[in-house]
Amino acid sequence: MDASLYAVTPLNLLGALLLVLGAAFLLLGGLGLVRMPDVFNRIQAGTKATTLGTLLSLAGMGCLRPDWGLKLLLIGLFILFTNPLSSQVLARAAHRVGLKKSPLTQVDRLAEDTGEAP
Amino acid sequence: MLPLFSILLILWLMLNASLAPDVLILGLVTALVIAGLFRGSLSPLTEFKATPAALRAAPLYLLYFLKELVRSNLRLANVVLSPSLPLNPGIVKVRTRLTSRMGRLLLASSITLTPGTLTVALQGEWLYVHWVRVDHDDIDGATASIVAGFERYLEVMYG
Repeated sequence: MDASLYAVTPLNLLGALLLVLGAAFLLLGGLGLVRMPDVFNRIQAGTKATTLGTLLSLAGMGCLRPDWGLKLLLIGLFILFTNPLSSQVLARAAHRVGLKKSPLTQVDRLAEDTGEAP
Repeated sequence: MLPLFSILLILWLMLNASLAPDVLILGLVTALVIAGLFRGSLSPLTEFKATPAALRAAPLYLLYFLKELVRSNLRLANVVLSPSLPLNPGIVKVRTRLTSRMGRLLLASSITLTPGTLTVALQGEWLYVHWVRVDHDDIDGATASIVAGFERYLEVMYG
């Protein structure tokens, strides 16, 4: 057990606050996955919330354990570069196989241009 | 090849936080092999214009991006927490002026992480973007409100 993590210092408080904020955004992302009507809107909720939620959690961890800073920064960079890419590939694949879109959908220029299932 | 090699080496040194000879040599050899295997692929320094203007634009781009990421999450929270779930989704087509591959890739990724938009496909200068609330379904209107903000910085950095 590392006692320094439980000491009440400004940096520890900031770290705890950032961790809670990060967790809150992750929770909202999870709620979005449940509430959103189709796969594209779900991916939107998932990508944005997990990116900011994880970055805030990493920043909070960096305040609690400054000696981990460099590695936490690297994890953050990996998330920033990989998260949007995986979402884009998922969305492209979902569109290509013609997964059902929400009836609220207004336009689909991609289907118009490629002839993929509208 | 050099950009990828430098990035891999920097990442390796950051992970190890040491400049001991054995660590350095292992990193050099591994980075060289990987950079050789993936000669044709992209890295954040590929096509980066190392001009003073580009170096100034890079931190501004990062700040703008983080601001948009926070705004994006607040808007998402607003949608998800409303009992009525105010959605108006659609896939719109936008055009980019960027010509470099890395510039376009970063633009697509930035769009994905910003308010209500998700890049679904990238074909040449055209991007197909899923929008949670479609404000404009014409090319010019959508381009102005989705692409223009990031393009301003990426144009200076990558062209």
